[in-house]
Amino acid sequence: MKEKLILVGNGMAGMRVIEELLAIAPDKYDITVFGEEPHGNYNRILLSQVLSGEKRFEETLLNTPEWYAKHGIALLAGRKAVALNRGRRQVIGADGTILDYDRLILATGARPIPLAAPGTHLAGVVSFRDIAEVDVMLRYARPGKRAVVVGGGLLGLEAAYGLQRRGMEVTVLHLMDRLMERQMDAPAAALLKRSLEERGITVLLNAETQGITGSDKVAGVRLRDGATLPADLVVMAVGIRPNIELARQSGIHCSRGIVVNESMQTYDPRVYAVGECVEFQGNLYGLVAPLFKQAKVCANHLAGAGFARYRDQVQATKLKITGIDLYSAGNIVGGPGYEELVLEDPCKGVYKKLVVKDNRLHGALLYGDTANETWYYDLMRDDTDIAGLRDTLFFGHGHGGDSGHSGRVAIASMPDDTEVCGCNGVSKGTIVRAVTEKGLFTIEEVRAHTKASASCGSCTGKVEQILAFTLGGSYSAAPEEKPVCGCTDFTHAEVRKAIREHRLTTIAGAMKFMEWKTPDGCPKCRPALNFYLVATWPGEAVDDPQSRVHNERVHANIQQDGTYAVVPRTWGGLTNAGELRAVADIAERFGVPVKITGGQRLAIPFIKKEDLPAVWADMNAKGLVSGYAYGKAVRSVKSCVGKGLCRFGTQDSLGLGIRMEKYFWGAWTPHKFKMGVSGCPRNCAEATIKDCGVVGVDSGWEVHVGGTCGVRVRPTDLLCKVKTDDEAIEYSSAFLQLYREEGYYMERSSAWIERVGLPYVKGRVVADGQDRKALAQRFSRSQEHAQQDPWEARAVKGEAPLEYLALEATA
Amino acid sequence: MSDNNQWVEAGALADIPRSGARPLNTSGGVIAVFRTCDDQVFATGNKCPHRGGPLAQGMVYGQRVQCAMHGLNIDLAAGKAVAPDVGCVETYPVKVENGRIWVNLVPVAASSCACAA
Ligand code: SRM
Ligand SMILES: Cc1cc2nc3c(=O)[nH]c(=O)nc-3n(C[C@H](O)[C@H](O)[C@H](O)COP(=O)(O)OP(=O)(O)OC[C@H]3O[C@@H](n4cnc5c(N)ncnc54)[C@H](O)[C@@H]3O)c2cc1C
Ligand code: SF4
Ligand code: FES
Repeated sequence: MKEKLILVGNGMAGMRVIEELLAIAPDKYDITVFGEEPHGNYNRILLSQVLSGEKRFEETLLNTPEWYAKHGIALLAGRKAVALNRGRRQVIGADGTILDYDRLILATGARPIPLAAPGTHLAGVVSFRDIAEVDVMLRYARPGKRAVVVGGGLLGLEAAYGLQRRGMEVTVLHLMDRLMERQMDAPAAALLKRSLEERGITVLLNAETQGITGSDKVAGVRLRDGATLPADLVVMAVGIRPNIELARQSGIHCSRGIVVNESMQTYDPRVYAVGECVEFQGNLYGLVAPLFKQAKVCANHLAGAGFARYRDQVQATKLKITGIDLYSAGNIVGGPGYEELVLEDPCKGVYKKLVVKDNRLHGALLYGDTANETWYYDLMRDDTDIAGLRDTLFFGHGHGGDSGHSGRVAIASMPDDTEVCGCNGVSKGTIVRAVTEKGLFTIEEVRAHTKASASCGSCTGKVEQILAFTLGGSYSAAPEEKPVCGCTDFTHAEVRKAIREHRLTTIAGAMKFMEWKTPDGCPKCRPALNFYLVATWPGEAVDDPQSRVHNERVHANIQQDGTYAVVPRTWGGLTNAGELRAVADIAERFGVPVKITGGQRLAIPFIKKEDLPAVWADMNAKGLVSGYAYGKAVRSVKSCVGKGLCRFGTQDSLGLGIRMEKYFWGAWTPHKFKMGVSGCPRNCAEATIKDCGVVGVDSGWEVHVGGTCGVRVRPTDLLCKVKTDDEAIEYSSAFLQLYREEGYYMERSSAWIERVGLPYVKGRVVADGQDRKALAQRFSRSQEHAQQDPWEARAVKGEAPLEYLALEATA
Repeated sequence: MSDNNQWVEAGALADIPRSGARPLNTSGGVIAVFRTCDDQVFATGNKCPHRGGPLAQGMVYGQRVQCAMHGLNIDLAAGKAVAPDVGCVETYPVKVENGRIWVNLVPVAASSCACAA
C-alpha cells in the first residue's frame, strides 16, 4: 500500500515539493492537499501584475484542478487545516475532516503583519498577499480615487504602481529615510524615488502612521506629525511574519518560524516544513528562489533518497515595475574590509554598485541597467575569483567579444520575432510563450522545450534574461552546484573525488558505488565518467567506446550528410611533399576535395564510414596520424614560422610548436584543448586566444593560459615567463595536467580558470615548484598510455572492426 | 508490404556491443538495431525524425538512443521522441533465438509513424 502524504498549504513552496516528488517518485505516496485558498496553486509573484492589469488571474495558475486530478492528488481547496494530532498522525480540517498521514509537509507561508495603529478593521483597509485581497483592491481602484500605501518595500511599491496604473492617486508612506532600505543604498533609493514620482506616485519618507480614520469605511490616514491624508483605500505592506500557528499549537519547535534542519524536517521527523513559514539556521525567507531549493531537498528526502542538503544561497531581489530596472543581491552595504565599486551615469539614470572583498564579489546593486544580473549572481554563487575581471566587471560578461551574441540587450523593447538563439532559430516570442503556457521556471526547462540555448550556448545569457523578464521575480537562477545529470545527485566535483578516493576504475563500478539511478546512465554522464576514469587512472581504467560521444568513438567528424571528415596531424603546421601527396592521392581515390581547416590543418571531407579504415591505412603508410579534430582532447598546436625564417622572430616557435605537439598529442582533456606558439609578440599564431599559448620574447617565452576564441572570445591570462624550451613544456604540461585532474567535463580551460581563479592556478603551477614537477610528471606518465594512434589501431591492427561495417540481412 | 512475416536474420547478438547499435542493410533500406545494457534488442528506422541523422550511430542508454547529430532522444520501444521533443520513427519486431537476432521487415502496425516525413 502507498504511504499517505499530506500537504498543508497549497502555495508556491508546498506544491513545488509535490511537483519535484512526482518527477522522482511518482508512485510512492497517496497525496492530499489542504488549501485555505479556494484555488489551485497560483504564482503569487504575479499578483503585482494582476493588480496593475498586465496579467489576468488565469495566467498565474500553476496547477489547475485538472492537474491535481490527473496526478491523483486530492485537493481540498478552500479547506483550512486547524489542528494536528501528531500522536495519531492526523490532520484536522476546519470542517471536521480528519485524515491520517505517514508524512506531513507544512507549507503555510507567511501572513502580512498588520499595522500597529488603530483603524485597521475598517472597510477599505487591506494587505497584499493573496488574490482575494487583490480583488478587494480592484473594487476600490477607480480613476481619481485615492490610495495610501503604508510601507515602501518591494510589496508596497508594486502595490502602489499597480494602483497608479489603475488610475488612482497614490501616496506611499515609508518609515525610513529611503525606500527599500534593505536592498538599496541612498543613491539608488533616490533614483528609484525620482522614477516613481515621475510616474505620478507621491512618496513620503520618514512618515510614521499614527492611525487610520473613518467610521466604518476608511476616510484617511493620520501621520505622527499631525497631517491627515484623505484615502479611499489603504494598503498595509509593512512586512510579513511566518505563519506558524498550526505548528506551534501542535508542539512542533518554532522560533520565529518553524525550525527545520538541512533536510527540511522539523523536530518531528515525520513532519517537514518548507517556504516562508520556516526558519533555517536563524534565517527567514521572502523570495521564491530559496524556497524552490528547499522544495527540491524536501522531495529528495520524501522520495527516500535523502542525500540532498539545503544550504542558503545569495538572495536576489528584483522590482517588478515595468520600466524600472532594479536588481539587488547579496551584501550591498559593504562594511570594514569591503571595497565598493560604483559606476554612476546620472544622465542615463544608471547606477551600479559592486561590493568586493578578497577578490570575490559579495553584492551587486543595479539600477537602470540590469543586463548583467545573472552573471553577477553566478560570480557570487560560485565564489569566483574576480582578480582578472576587475577592469571589465562593470561591462559584463560579453565584454571582450562574444561574436555579438550576449552583449547588453533591452529585453522589454525587443520585438517578439527577434531571433535569440541563432543555432536553433528560436525567437523571443517563442520563448515567452513556452514560459507562460507551459509554466517553465528554469533555463533547463526552457532549453528542453524550445531548444533555445541548447546548442552552442552563446545565447544563454539572453535566454535567461527573457526568462527572468517573463517570470518577473520568480526566476530562480540555477542551483548552487548542479548534479552531473538526472541519473545522479552527485556533482562533477563529487564524482571526481569519489573516483579518486575510492579507486573506481570502471563505469559500472562508479555507477554502483555512487548509486546511479539509471542502469547505464545517459549521454550526459557516461562520457563524463569515462573521461574522469581515463584521466584519473591512466593505463588502469579501460576506455569504454559506448560511453564516447559519437565522433570520439568513430575517431572522425560526422558531417551534415552522414559522411565524415578526416583531419591528420600536421605537426606545428609543418608538412611536406610526401604527406601532401598522400592526402592528394586519397582525395583523388575517393573523389573528394581537401579543405584547409580554421586550425591550420588539412581536412578530407565526405568520407563514408565504411571507407574510414581504408583512408587511415593509406595515411598510416605515409606516417600521418590522427589529428583528434573530433575529440575533447589536445588539438592542434598552431605555430608561426619563427626565428629560423622570420626577420622579426626572437625564438624558434616552429621548433617548439612541433616539439610540443609531439609531446602533448593523444591526451584526453575535459574539453578540447588548443595550443599555439608564436615567435615574437606580434603573435602570428594567435597564441593568446588558445587554451595554452606560448609567445617568444627576447629573454625566453611567455606562457599564457585559459584563452578561447569560440562562442565567446577570451584572451589568455599570463601564467609566467620562462627562459628555455624545456621550461615552457614543463609549465604548460603542469597546467594541462591540473586542468585534466580538476576541470569538469565539457568545461573549457577558460571557464575552468574563471571558476577556480588564476591565483589558484599560479599557486599550483608557478609558485610551488614541487607541485609543478609532480603535475608534469603525472602528465608524462599518463602520456605513455595515451600516445597510441587510434587510426593505426583501427586500420592496421584491426581494432573495433565491427564499428565500421553494417550488419547484412539474410533471409 | 502486406506480408506480415518477413523475418530476416541480422547477425549475432554479440555483433552489437551492449548499450550499442549498428545499422542493418536490408532489401528495403537501412534499419537501426539496438542492444541495451540488459541485452534487450530493438529495431527502428534509421532516420532521425529531426533532420534524418543516422540513429544507428547514436548513443544507447536505458531503452533510448540519443541521435549523434543534434541530440534528439528516441524511446526505442515506442519509436517516439522523448518529451518535450516530438517526432517518431517506425519500429520493427525483433526476436533473439540461439544468440542470433531476427528482425521482421514489416514495421509494427501501431508504430506506423505518421510524423516521419
Ligand atoms: C573543421 C573546422 C572548421 C574548418 O573547416 O576549418 C571545425 C569544425 C567544427 N568545429 Fe570548430 N572547427 C575548426 C576550427 C575551430 C576554431 C579555430 C581554431 O581551432 O583555430 C575554433 C575557435 C577556437 C577555439 O576553439 O577556441 C572553433 C570553435 C568551435 C567551437 C566553439 C568552442 C568554444 O569553446 O566556444 C565548437 C563547439 C564545441 O566544441 O562544443 C566547434 C565545433 C566544431 C565541430 C566539431 C562541430 C561538431 O561537433 O561536429 C565542427 C565539425 C565540422 C565537421 O563536419 O568536420 N568549433 N573551431 C576547424 C578544424 C580545426 C582543426 O584543424 O582541428
Ligand atoms: C504581491 C507579491 C509579489 C511578490 N513578488 C515576488 C517576487 O517578485 N519575487 C519573489 O521571489 N517573491 C515574491 N513574492 C514572494 C513569494 O510570493 C513568496 O515567497 C512565496 O509565495 C512563498 O511561498 P509559500 O509556499 O511559502 O507561501 P504561499 O505561496 O503563501 O502559500 C501558502 C499557502 O498556504 C495556505 N495556508 C496557510 N495556512 C493554512 C492552513 N492552516 N491550512 C490550509 N492552507 C493554509 C495559504 O492560504 C497559502 O495559499 C511576492 C509575494 C507577493 C504577495
Ligand atoms: S565548422 Fe564550426 S563555425 Fe562552421 S558551421 Fe560547423 S560548427 Fe559552425
Ligand atoms: S538529426 Fe537527429 S537530432 Fe538532428
